[in-house]
Amino acid sequence: MAQSKDEVLAGLAALVNDETGVPVESVVFGKSFADDLDIDSISMMTIVVNAEEQFDVKIPDDKVSELKTVDDAVNYIVSAQS
Amino acid sequence: MTQPTLHQAVGSPFTRIVSVGAARGDVNVPNDDIVGPIESSDEWIRQRTGVISRTRASASVSAADLATSAANEAIANAKISASDIGAVIIATISNNVLTPSMAALVADRIGATPAAAYDVSAACAGFCYGIAQADALVRAGAAKYVLVIGAEKLSDYAKPTDRTISFLLGDGAGAVIVGPADSVGISPTIWGSDGGKWDAVGMDRPTREAFDDRDGEFPTLRQDGQTVFRWAVWEMAKVAQEALDAAGITAADLAAFIPHQANMRIINEFAKQLNVPDSVVIARDIETTGNTSAASVPLAMHRVLAENPELSGGYALIIGFGAGLVYAAQIVRLP
Repeated sequence: MAQSKDEVLAGLAALVNDETGVPVESVVFGKSFADDLDIDSISMMTIVVNAEEQFDVKIPDDKVSELKTVDDAVNYIVSAQS
Repeated sequence: MTQPTLHQAVGSPFTRIVSVGAARGDVNVPNDDIVGPIESSDEWIRQRTGVISRTRASASVSAADLATSAANEAIANAKISASDIGAVIIATISNNVLTPSMAALVADRIGATPAAAYDVSAACAGFCYGIAQADALVRAGAAKYVLVIGAEKLSDYAKPTDRTISFLLGDGAGAVIVGPADSVGISPTIWGSDGGKWDAVGMDRPTREAFDDRDGEFPTLRQDGQTVFRWAVWEMAKVAQEALDAAGITAADLAAFIPHQANMRIINEFAKQLNVPDSVVIARDIETTGNTSAASVPLAMHRVLAENPELSGGYALIIGFGAGLVYAAQIVRLP
């Protein structure tokens, strides 16, 4: 079922917090996973796999490297759901 | 004319790992010794991989030397004679030559002649592939005892400036004797391959191409870390669960979980996916040995038993996975 951007953001923030301990309120639009939130590639892969399950979407390996910001990830998940 | 009936070999109905031996590289290489060329830090390597130091072999020590040492310990611990060994299988990607095999050399060195001897090329899954073969050979009556060795000198294939895998790599060999048993000691093997990811990890160029390119470098290992990490954790957790199911036990029945020592983050996430209870000892030999490919599972098993001798006779989930991509998992009774 398609979710709004804010719903996806909230779910994503919870996944990021669960994997890395980054506070959910820090995971907001405009932030870069690597530069602003200090999330490494291995944690990113864990978040991606958990996001696939939670949002019922497929995120191929070659797509992961393109998801550099919170916006990239939320937009991809929303469009994949629709 | 009546055709005579052929004889067929019959082996032991059950098999087990009888003993284990180990040999690590003789030089301890801490992170600080290798961070320069990759512009990294001790902290970066520890945080991403859990590796503090790796054991590497001196220039004069070959993978076959390490294999010989590990094999001699395994034979002594098994309290058998080398001449009782019917087959020697070495899982390796470090043989110095395409042919002849490392196994034939090591079999001769340890006095296991005229045992059948051959190498297995299944990278980090190689040892568990070897266990699958040894189990089958003993049950089929093709050999009474099989020596299975994982032996690597990966430092020969590590590029100091490579940031994908080389800094993880270590040298070592682990060996086990597989032989007949009174009850099940090796569960059905769950194994397979996914050649669709053939390029995800392996050598960075063909050997011949490197030879013809006079300005080129010797082939070394590299990987697409994210692809391998994802596959190693989530796909391999399914394989490990299949192995538990095939054996008829659950993770709570294990004494030890001994996965291929690829990366501490993979090991930890793997244990989480499998719901391995706190009571189970998880092998974390990678911390001070590094990733030794085919040698990592038997080296880790040797260390788990050295540090926890009371686990002898308990069940261990062993799983190897790597370049191919290939994988194999079994539940074994610890020697």
